[in-house]
Amino acid sequence: MIPEIGHFALWLAAAAALVKALSLAGHGVERLAVAAALAQLLFVLSSFAALSWAFMVSDFSVQLVTTNSHTLKPALYKFTGVWANHEGSLLLWVLVLALAGAAVALAPATLGLRFRQRVLGVMGLVSLGFIAFLLLASNPFERSLPAPTEGQGLNPLLQDPGLAFHPPLLYIGYVGLSVAFAFAVAAMLEGNVGPRWAKAVRPWVLWAWSFLTVGVALGSYWAYYELGWGGWWFWDPVENAALMPWIAATALLHSVAVLARRDALRSWTLLLAVMAFSLSMLGTFIVRSGLLTSVHAFAVDPTRGLFLMALLALYVGGALGVYAWKAGSVPVGEGFEPVSREGALVANNLLLSCMLGVVFIGTLYPMALEGLTGKQISVGPPYFNATVVPLLLAMVVLMAIGPWLSWKQSGTAHLPARLLPAGVAAAAATVVALALFDVRATIALLGFAAAFWLGVASLQILLKQGLTYGVVGMALAHFGVAVAILGATASGALQREALVSMRVGDVVEMDGWQARLIDVRPVAGPNWTALQAELQISRHGAEMAILKPQSRTFTRPAMETTEAGLQAFWRGDMYAVLGKPDGFGRWQIHLWFKPLVRLIWAGAFLMALGGVVALAGRARVRLPKRERGWPGAFGPQPAE
Amino acid sequence: MMTPNRALLVLPLLLFAVVAVFLVGNLGRPQQAVLKSAMVGKPVPQFALPGLDGGPGLSSRDLAGGAPALVNVFASWCLPCQVEAPHLATLARQGATLHGIAVRDGPADTRDFLAKHGNPFARVGIDRGGQMMLALGSTGVPETFVVDGRGIIRYQHLGDIKAVDVANLLRELERAR
Repeated sequence: MIPEIGHFALWLAAAAALVKALSLAGHGVERLAVAAALAQLLFVLSSFAALSWAFMVSDFSVQLVTTNSHTLKPALYKFTGVWANHEGSLLLWVLVLALAGAAVALAPATLGLRFRQRVLGVMGLVSLGFIAFLLLASNPFERSLPAPTEGQGLNPLLQDPGLAFHPPLLYIGYVGLSVAFAFAVAAMLEGNVGPRWAKAVRPWVLWAWSFLTVGVALGSYWAYYELGWGGWWFWDPVENAALMPWIAATALLHSVAVLARRDALRSWTLLLAVMAFSLSMLGTFIVRSGLLTSVHAFAVDPTRGLFLMALLALYVGGALGVYAWKAGSVPVGEGFEPVSREGALVANNLLLSCMLGVVFIGTLYPMALEGLTGKQISVGPPYFNATVVPLLLAMVVLMAIGPWLSWKQSGTAHLPARLLPAGVAAAAATVVALALFDVRATIALLGFAAAFWLGVASLQILLKQGLTYGVVGMALAHFGVAVAILGATASGALQREALVSMRVGDVVEMDGWQARLIDVRPVAGPNWTALQAELQISRHGAEMAILKPQSRTFTRPAMETTEAGLQAFWRGDMYAVLGKPDGFGRWQIHLWFKPLVRLIWAGAFLMALGGVVALAGRARVRLPKRERGWPGAFGPQPAE
Repeated sequence: MMTPNRALLVLPLLLFAVVAVFLVGNLGRPQQAVLKSAMVGKPVPQFALPGLDGGPGLSSRDLAGGAPALVNVFASWCLPCQVEAPHLATLARQGATLHGIAVRDGPADTRDFLAKHGNPFARVGIDRGGQMMLALGSTGVPETFVVDGRGIIRYQHLGDIKAVDVANLLRELERAR
């Protein structure tokens, strides 16, 4: 009964989304937009609750529960199992979309009621498509009778606390970008783009970007400790699918700032807003349609792929069509000199766009080539590192300089004094890396220099430019980039690695560290058994930690996973993976020491924190008193 | 900023259309989760590997001797290699010529392995650095290649050989004749 209620609620949600979508057309329907948005949230929430209930009580008459759950699964994974599959993850996507719609409906309509109705209309159209996809092609409430007595279990790689948060955070980010998308389409329909529009859309972009940052970082962390390959980013198409919207959102964040402050870059900002969400949908499409084989590709069903493709064509094609048709009539904004804050931000946008381009080509070109010629190529880290890293380094140089330039037109006489500390720090870092740590690779030396250049420059901005929310947010986020670069560079350039075959009692030496294999024995969990090695780690003779890497065998579905043994020290991570026995009493042990690797994710969290701080500033700017002094929007003012 | 050129504004839509057409075209294509070696269909690169204990090694000339052969890439530290050993023995019993390449392994370990799990190989080459494995386009152990009598790689079997694969490999050998 409860699954049927959930199914029915989803149909009601579709009806609410339809009402929202119709408000684009007017005829009085638009007055229902806010109520429809709230109703849609209520219905989708009921539907999601019904599916969660089915998972929690292991109702195996629901097919989705049978194929993705098991009674022995711990309660947390019964719940996360709700979205660890194709249908459930789409339901979560629709839920977050409904949440965003309700948030737009309840937030102050600073651009007027008609504008808000249009935004809700676009969001209704988007929701309607995805709800229809659920109802017509991926019904999560499908029954299978007679009900089996036991489920088939969940992919063990997904039975992990990281999964509890990675998809929801990523989805909040993606869907936050749908608000920016809807704002852009509504603005193009009204022909009304200016600083007021930019200020209204900026909080949505900020929170979407912050969540996306954390979501991508969590995914990377999950890959680091769960896959046991010793890396944190593999340039896998699925990772790239999440990275591309993030890059577009980063560019959007900066161009929105220019638009809000100086009324420049109007049509470029609109295009970025459309692209950011389009890339989110493209990413969803690529990983969900079965074009790729991965832990994310739940649906290997071409009809579903075609349905998703139709949605993608409708929304992205539609929005880009509106752009082609309307953006030409958006009046050009203010001009500026090349050497100015805007100039630096435009350069930043160009570099980000190049980065987006190379990731896009690197991700899709192999698929295109295979489609056209049948030839298989593999594009991996060598390509991406060679193309993305130089662009990133160029951006880092600019990120330290840009904030010291004034808007519209800037002198450069003050720059040498401002940048001196950062320059000294970068030079010192290079010398230290070269002399003390014997780093010889140019790219690694540049990495250390870049991290210290940007880190010191960001701290200095914090000291010199006053503690406003905007400045603190920006400085924090930029500092986070520096921290992440330091982590990435150090963990790569200074990494130590040993792949050894050990008997119990053997010791392996690695750069001052010793690892002794104390024991290998079976252990059991709720739905798995494992072989667990105990490695005693000491440094210069002093015992530091016991690592317990496991090779797990899950019973349902039968699958082996590696659980890396990890111990974080202040100077870095000791990381061990237990491999196969050789049949003669020896075990393969893969040991890494990864200096400062955790700074990568700490940096990402700082970036997101910067976004949140800037958001707090925006919340204050919303107060009417603060609204004075901004240039008004171009074009006809919407009636409030 | 300059006046946006109207023609330029259509560009994003056109680019998207191209991407969309290609994505639709690729939908429903069967997934190929494993990458086959690019060497299939090409001649084996020139090589000469030393043998075990001064025994006969394996060289590219041995593979161009007129009769097709199976080349098995294995290692003593590889568990699936032990699992497939009985099936290699079956293949040898049924008349197939097998050569082995022991990768990243000490000679003593290889000798122990062959003593314990049987030695179905006519020749064994020692590839301590694993370069030969890379040259063959092999991504891991165990892997088995069918090489025809003229030294051209005809077929690649990824992973361990299971009982059900034996007939298929014999068929591939026959086709390479």
